[in-house]
Amino acid sequence: MSVSVESLNYQSRFSLKEWIFTTDHKRIGVLYLIGSFAAFFLAGLMAMLMRTELSSIGPTITENPNTYNVWLYFHGAAMILGYQIPALTGFFANYYVPLMIGAKDVAFPRLNALSVWLFWMGIVLALLTFVIPDPPDIMWTGYPPYSTMTPGNTALYTFTVLLIGFSSIAGGVNFLTTIMYMRAPGVTWNKLNVFIWCILAAFIIQLIFVPVLGVAVTMLSLDKYLGTNFFNAAMGGDPLIYQNLFWFYSHPAVYVILLPAMGLIYEIIATFSRNSIFNYKGILYGGIWGVVLLGGIVWAHHLYIAGIPDWMALVHVFLTLLISVPVGLMMVGLVGTLYRGSIEYKTPMLYAIGFIFLFLIGGLTGIPNAMSAIYIHITETYWIPGHFHYVMAISVTTAIIGGTYYVFPKLTGRMYHEGLGKLGFFIFFIGVNITFFLTLLMGVKGMPRRYYDYPQFPELEGIQQITTYGSYLIFVSAVIILVSWIHGLVAGEKAPQNPWGSRSLEWTHAPSPPPPGNFPRKLELTEEWSPYNYGS
Amino acid sequence: MKDRSVILGLILLAPIILFSTAHAGEGIPDPRAGWNELWHELMIDITLIGLVFAGVTVYFMVRYKRQRPDEEGGSFKLTPLGAFGWTLIPAFIFMADDIFLAAKNFELWNDYRNVPENAYVVEVEAYMWGWNVKYPDEGIEVNNEMYVPQGRPIMVRLTSRDVVHSFFIPDFRVKWDALPGRTTYLWFYPKERGEHVMTCTEYCGLLHSNMYGKIKVISQDEFSSWIEKNKKEGGAV
Repeated sequence: MSVSVESLNYQSRFSLKEWIFTTDHKRIGVLYLIGSFAAFFLAGLMAMLMRTELSSIGPTITENPNTYNVWLYFHGAAMILGYQIPALTGFFANYYVPLMIGAKDVAFPRLNALSVWLFWMGIVLALLTFVIPDPPDIMWTGYPPYSTMTPGNTALYTFTVLLIGFSSIAGGVNFLTTIMYMRAPGVTWNKLNVFIWCILAAFIIQLIFVPVLGVAVTMLSLDKYLGTNFFNAAMGGDPLIYQNLFWFYSHPAVYVILLPAMGLIYEIIATFSRNSIFNYKGILYGGIWGVVLLGGIVWAHHLYIAGIPDWMALVHVFLTLLISVPVGLMMVGLVGTLYRGSIEYKTPMLYAIGFIFLFLIGGLTGIPNAMSAIYIHITETYWIPGHFHYVMAISVTTAIIGGTYYVFPKLTGRMYHEGLGKLGFFIFFIGVNITFFLTLLMGVKGMPRRYYDYPQFPELEGIQQITTYGSYLIFVSAVIILVSWIHGLVAGEKAPQNPWGSRSLEWTHAPSPPPPGNFPRKLELTEEWSPYNYGS
Repeated sequence: MKDRSVILGLILLAPIILFSTAHAGEGIPDPRAGWNELWHELMIDITLIGLVFAGVTVYFMVRYKRQRPDEEGGSFKLTPLGAFGWTLIPAFIFMADDIFLAAKNFELWNDYRNVPENAYVVEVEAYMWGWNVKYPDEGIEVNNEMYVPQGRPIMVRLTSRDVVHSFFIPDFRVKWDALPGRTTYLWFYPKERGEHVMTCTEYCGLLHSNMYGKIKVISQDEFSSWIEKNKKEGGAV
């Protein structure tokens, strides 16, 4: 692909046909971005509805618990499969990987287009939830035998997961090849951006584990619709097989989400501190690869009380606790990168700093969950959603929103409004902490999760109400964030090539926005070049 | 740099040193008391770790704020030895805490899983959406209510009629899944008279949140007469 005259008009003309048939990694990235933010706002809306329902005991806005259960199913499934994984391994991976390694595009552009359209098919299928008369009500975990007995539509769940799973596998093949074979001369393994390493690790996890999830959800539908008995205890099957298979994928999936989010935060912190990564090789080989190695052998901590043997629980207690070692190293690296930096607090940096604090709470509240005896009381209570919203939902959203502000000038060629950006951050930060800290507290008091109503816990009504108000703040912040983006897109100042003064290739060598083929001139990188080569 | 590692290490190890002395318990262990104690220690442990990280972050945030627009950081590079130190030393500190916590967990887990010999056995069958409580020796069955004698360990044998449920008594810090086709168990130790909530914590459909009942802890005498009364009536379903 060569840079032609056409590239000069890249931004000025809009053609729907070009967008649909595009194989350009940046446009495919944008398609992922639109899809994943659509999923985010819809699933967020479900969260608002649920929080409103929970603000009082008894029916608040719906009298039908099934309606609530469908909201909850959609919220979980869409946030994880439709928003977080596609935003990170779809949008950010597509947009950044070729730019950061100095490539013109990904290795298989047409496979890339297939990936994004499979993902969109998955989104459309998920949206059918609101159209069909028998929407799925099986939570994003889909545990049998409930999921094989419910009048809700389990097939919709199965096929949504399969489509998005295929999309991920195609993406994995593509990005592994791209990172291995398409780095520009001079972009050596030990100089790669941390984000690139994180994407590589995330896709390796996807390639190993997604097929297992595919098998599990396919067996669900076989059981329900074709009368097999994989999970039917009465016919010699076992519901625990599903739980093992499901978490064998879905625990590593947490790292598929966490690693790229961490990678983004590393990029933002390095850029806005104008500092090299603290202990790059340590966090790379100890942190990132430590997570990959341990991630696949800790799934049973989701099953401590599900009926697994006691010895297996104890083995997984130790392995799960060990996760704190690589993740702790990555945190040391993040905080260390601030050391002797020159820190500027622009909106993306506020999100990155916010990430450190939110992730600290999220990570540390995970330690009790690893301990089987402590887990007995807190599992399946609000403690668990409190923990994973901090560690995954909120931390990672902080990374995604902060990352979007960070990439905004490159992506759109315009600057966002700094004041609006900061306002959005502070409201967001206050809102999430009110909502999810109280969620943690209610968990310790024994409030079970996935409850439409709580007549047996009348003493919690007050806290539930404040939690709901907190969630409204998050909604307000989401609106402000969206407004700041639209405002920037329409009325923002023209962005320079490198507004942040970063040393990474996408800022130093590609115009804002980059043309097809990314780099107008052939890249010539010196020995000393590194994406974090500050202060020299 | 080495000094700093040592100080950081000491701060992170403080909870281990503090709590290695705390230990109590004779006779029949009470998982609820054990849970509360370990939870308390754990909260101090993770709060300390969190405060160290947060404190250092806040200090750096203030100390290294950009002073001039053209200012650059990046003058600080780790030596290969420094890099090893900053990988291995934090790794060993985290691992030390992990091993300490795993050991603590091992003790409490055994208390939860080893049922005392004199335990009174109650059978619970979960169904959509309620709890069928059986007293196998007495031939009594009740729904969504469980009467238990005060001062005696109670063992609950769990199973399910349909889907996966989970039997949870928040006040006694116990919970276990009830699955179709197999029997699981838990035990708790009601020492005082009173009423407690038992409720379902594994999503099981429409009325999941309404699948709850009461556990009534009554004195040994009251319990004996309750048994006699219901035996005569042939169950209280």
